[in-house]
Amino acid sequence: MSNTIHDMGGMHGFGPVEPEPNEPVFHAPWEGRVHALQRAIGAAGLWTIDGGRASLETLPPQTYLAATYYQRWFLGLEKRVVAYGLIGADELTTGHSLRAPVPLKRKVTPADAAKPPIRGNFERPTNTPARFKIGDRVRTANINPATHTRLPRYARGKQGVIEAIRGCHVYPDTAALDVHNESPQWLYTVVFTGQELWGDDADPAITVSIEAFEPYLLPA
Amino acid sequence: MADHDHDHSELSDIQLRVRALETILTEKGYVDPAALDLLVESYETKIGPKNGARIVARAWTDPKFKAALLKDATEAANSLGHVSPVGSHLIAVENTPKTHNLVVCTLCSCYPWEVLGLPPVWYKSAPYRSRAVIDPKGVLTDFGVALPAETEIRIWDSTAETRFIVLPMRPAGTASWSEDRLAEIVTRDCMIGTGLPQPQGSR
Repeated sequence: MSNTIHDMGGMHGFGPVEPEPNEPVFHAPWEGRVHALQRAIGAAGLWTIDGGRASLETLPPQTYLAATYYQRWFLGLEKRVVAYGLIGADELTTGHSLRAPVPLKRKVTPADAAKPPIRGNFERPTNTPARFKIGDRVRTANINPATHTRLPRYARGKQGVIEAIRGCHVYPDTAALDVHNESPQWLYTVVFTGQELWGDDADPAITVSIEAFEPYLLPA
Repeated sequence: MADHDHDHSELSDIQLRVRALETILTEKGYVDPAALDLLVESYETKIGPKNGARIVARAWTDPKFKAALLKDATEAANSLGHVSPVGSHLIAVENTPKTHNLVVCTLCSCYPWEVLGLPPVWYKSAPYRSRAVIDPKGVLTDFGVALPAETEIRIWDSTAETRFIVLPMRPAGTASWSEDRLAEIVTRDCMIGTGLPQPQGSR
């Protein structure tokens, strides 16, 4: 869902940012296990990175806010492995496997895991020319889909300028719903003034950019 | 069920539930615990902000590298043999006397893992994600960073699979420093935009 609690840009009331001196990579061993499980199961390619994000965004808002980052990762992963039929809810209850596994396209071996991790490439070839060029004035769409999107609420219906063209990339709005529906779209850096986003009282020294997919943009 | 009870049941016993999930996934042969150990280890011991610091220090000492970094940070980072590989669409943004850059992901917690390691808790927290785009000066104050009044602040919201690393300004008084010594003052926060390199106190 798009208008869910994860979309926090511009909200008030969460208090100061609290940096932690000498912060450990993981605060408890289970956090590391959740991190590793997510990466290992993610490698099977059953869902996309945006499908994974969507499973966290649709947590009940009170749970999302109460949970730590790795708690959210765990709740999303637990939800997905059941939803995709890798395990049954009854197995979660008993804590053990009760039936044969389903075949996975890819499993992470110790040899794979020993290699340095490298991000996937989300750029895709296209024959469609980019609709906008650097310097073009654009207006972001006013959309409120019930499904996943990467256009934040604070930047909807706002006027900005195309600053960079980043290539043609997997479109999160479709790829979140269907692993086979990448519908690649041109991706742009769009920059907004503080006043455009936050009103006349905003600090004139501030500009904000988002990375916007072409369907989010209209000529201004 | 009351909201409070709901929260409690969703989040209680997470450690036990993580262990149970790993057990089930292992029994089914979907995951190999030895591989999980190595996945944990990669970010605990191998990949962290030192990778990014080496990139910044090189950019400070080698103008050709800096130009390459600002053009295509993935390609430039991978040209440094001593930094672990970097995947697609790393973008370096340069701080100047006119503009200070600050990176956030308001929608989740997108972060350049390969050059900075895993993000700190504050980067993934509601206070940072909510305020960085509307009150960046307030956020910088939380970090003890005060910029000259005339400095413009540019916030980069990481809403796609592009990833950003801030190239901080090289501090005055470091002209004679070696690349290795420079790398020591490039902290993680400097490369997110919530810190500035501090030559004072360094050896």
